[in-house]
Amino acid sequence: MNSKKKEPLLHIVKRGDVKWYVAWAIRLAAIVLALIVSGILTTALTGLNPLDVYKTIVTGAFGTARKSWITVQDISILLIISLAVTPAFRMRFWNVGGEGQVLAGALAAAACMICLGEKLPNAAVIVCMVISSILAGGLWGFVPAFFKAKWNTNETLCTLMMNYIATQLVAYYTILWEVPKGSGKIGIINQNTNIGWLPEIGNKYLLCIIIAVVSTVLMYIYLNYSKHGYEISVVGESEHTARYVGIKVEKVIVRTMILSGAVCGLAGLLLVGSINHTVTTTIAGGQGFTAVMVSWLAKFNPLGMILTSLLIVFLGRGAGEISTAFSLNHSFSDILTGIILFFVIGCEFFITYKVNFRKKATGKEAK
Amino acid sequence: MENKVVTVSMKNITKRFGEIIANDSVNLDIYKGEILALLGENGSGKTTLMNMLSGIYYPDEGQIFINNEEKVIASPRDAFELGIGMVHQHFKLVDVLTATENIVLGLDGKLDLKKASAKIREICRKYGFDVDPDQKVYDMSVSEKQTVEIVKVLYRGADILILDEPTAVLTPQETDRLFAILRNMKEDGKSIIIITHKMHEVLSISDRVAVLRKGTYVGDLRTKETTAQEMTEMMVGHAVELNIERPDPVDPKPRIEVKNLTVRNEEGILKLEDVSFTANSGEILGIAGISGCGQKELLEAIAGLQPAESGSVCYIEDDGSKDELLKKDPRQIQEMGVTLSFVPEDRLGMGLVGNMDMSDNMMLRSFRKGPTPFTDRKSPRKLAKKVVKDLDVVTPGISTPVRRLSGGNVQKVLVGREIASAPKVLLTAYAVRGLDINSSYTIYDLINRQKKAGVAVIYVGEDLDVLLEISDRILVMCGGKVSGIIDGRTATKNKVGMMMTRIGGEGFDEQ
Repeated sequence: MNSKKKEPLLHIVKRGDVKWYVAWAIRLAAIVLALIVSGILTTALTGLNPLDVYKTIVTGAFGTARKSWITVQDISILLIISLAVTPAFRMRFWNVGGEGQVLAGALAAAACMICLGEKLPNAAVIVCMVISSILAGGLWGFVPAFFKAKWNTNETLCTLMMNYIATQLVAYYTILWEVPKGSGKIGIINQNTNIGWLPEIGNKYLLCIIIAVVSTVLMYIYLNYSKHGYEISVVGESEHTARYVGIKVEKVIVRTMILSGAVCGLAGLLLVGSINHTVTTTIAGGQGFTAVMVSWLAKFNPLGMILTSLLIVFLGRGAGEISTAFSLNHSFSDILTGIILFFVIGCEFFITYKVNFRKKATGKEAK
Repeated sequence: MENKVVTVSMKNITKRFGEIIANDSVNLDIYKGEILALLGENGSGKTTLMNMLSGIYYPDEGQIFINNEEKVIASPRDAFELGIGMVHQHFKLVDVLTATENIVLGLDGKLDLKKASAKIREICRKYGFDVDPDQKVYDMSVSEKQTVEIVKVLYRGADILILDEPTAVLTPQETDRLFAILRNMKEDGKSIIIITHKMHEVLSISDRVAVLRKGTYVGDLRTKETTAQEMTEMMVGHAVELNIERPDPVDPKPRIEVKNLTVRNEEGILKLEDVSFTANSGEILGIAGISGCGQKELLEAIAGLQPAESGSVCYIEDDGSKDELLKKDPRQIQEMGVTLSFVPEDRLGMGLVGNMDMSDNMMLRSFRKGPTPFTDRKSPRKLAKKVVKDLDVVTPGISTPVRRLSGGNVQKVLVGREIASAPKVLLTAYAVRGLDINSSYTIYDLINRQKKAGVAVIYVGEDLDVLLEISDRILVMCGGKVSGIIDGRTATKNKVGMMMTRIGGEGFDEQ
């Protein structure tokens, strides 16, 4: 090493305590930057005015009263699923089985509507639906937790497998219950009697929204103020510490995953009983996986998830709108969503770390 | 050392982490062919300073000169090219690879393991290391792993070696062997910087001592011309009493009775064999032994964390009635009304939750209290404030995650919580490991206060000098068996050392 090296142009330093407003300022800056980059890309690729495109994104999500209601309803469902996976994540139990747990709940609800629809009064059917979908979701959460607690199996694989099982079960029952025969789908269940359709409060969107709000508050309290919530955090941080203070780790894992699955089952109930009135293999629509991102982005804080699920649903619905409004390929909206999420996730790095640029701009350094 | 040649010169080095200044314009010279001991309390910036020399951190301000030439060390690779190598406190080895593979890992050029292991054997012969280049790391003892780390640094041609608390994990014999090697390297003209807290080691190995205090450089001393007392005062900044008191036990009564306890670990290896003893109230029972001789299993069996194969552990009430503790978990023991406190060896991995703040950590023992399903957040906060005040915990606030605190303060938080429940029994494992002098004496004092309050203290220690000073009785373990129980007031270091090794060299397999 004869030639002296240059001082590095930048080096990365960990930040101390980050004030909340600094963190949010960085996040805001990231979104603004993302919009600028996607604007440049839009103009470069399509020649459209980026401002028009952004306007369409907003009108796509909130343009009319009906659109706004649907957007908020979508947010509610995504929020409930995200809340559901959060206790497991706080416990460092990587539940990527939200999809399967939602499907299990949805299938149970649909089964009640189809099999009990003509035998029991409407109220009794609904009670059965609520109980059975929560139990089904809970069971889908219980299985991987039990294996994890008993034999320390890998929960990511196990929950993922449970997704496939649920999808195939729904596919099987679709054939069994298809209406009309040969159509390959179940169609709207009890279209004439409306038995098992969850009651409308005000309008048909409000029920999901109310349940989402209540779940958020309850989950926030459960995780942050209850003894169970505290146990979950301790188990997540260190199983040794948990055992040291006499927490039964296996019990906490199983209990938490049943809760996680049960709340997913609730989301399945809403999808079938309140929104779609039918069940398909794609009824969860990948939200079990999107929920993972929602939960992570909000640092597992239920209140923060309101914002992150809003962001993701808003982007998804708005991006869908531009592909129809400007007759662009749907891939283009995916590109924009990708860019924005890249910036939003990437900015977390700048919240944890600070980049220092070279201070001494002296000419001392010989090349 | 008459003709001193400066090999490394650090000038006005400053490093900040957020608001904390870890190093404040530090100036340090290192001479060729010397062993320099770098002293300072926990959090005084020793490791940070050395990390900048070895390219792990980059200084915010200041310059580093190697052989009178200003250099930029931006990565560990730069440091290696300049002949600087560091052996970290926590080893950075890949378990499933052999010693040779670990040593050549990351080097450029053609991979020739045969040639590499020949070169490694050559290095070992030259300095007197004892390591098999083809042995897998997972088969090695801690001291062998450390040897691999040192050889790794030498293999890369380091002339300046930095050792961060190398003796913390070694037995006295292993330490002696390491020191002999370090002296060989010094003869060879290498410069060695050693970070340690143990004063007698500083006195025996180093030529010169440099002292840091709270991130600033205080000064240096020739080891020959100084004493432990003087160095400590320089480190702490005021006079310190280096004596541990040992009041006579008041009204000792049997409190914990262990009978014929036999324990196998998860792999089925016998860790404790037929262990019997009684611990009395108002007394400190020291437990001595080479590390990994069953001390950990013994404490964990008493605390309800380690299932036993046979035997019994009884808690004896004041009225003489006995309660069996085996086959109960910590929660059941607590519910029996037995207040048993345990300061485990692994503070952040077992005793505390590193990512939680002080107040949440205070709750660990008590969060189940109260009839509602909700936790009480007020009393832990009050307790946290009290611990900060009573034990002088240095922390930005009680809502700072405890892993951000320095080692000594972490231990104060843990001990503070454990004694807050007014225990009848206090188990401590390596309570002062990694702590600086000042913190260590605070902990000794706290333990003594518990003893005076009538607590039965079981103190597992590694520093024989301290064990001999603090214990009323010493139980010496050897390979999972009780080698003997002797009076702490009449015991000698020699005697205890002999008892530690009498049954042979087994029991080295862990830690």
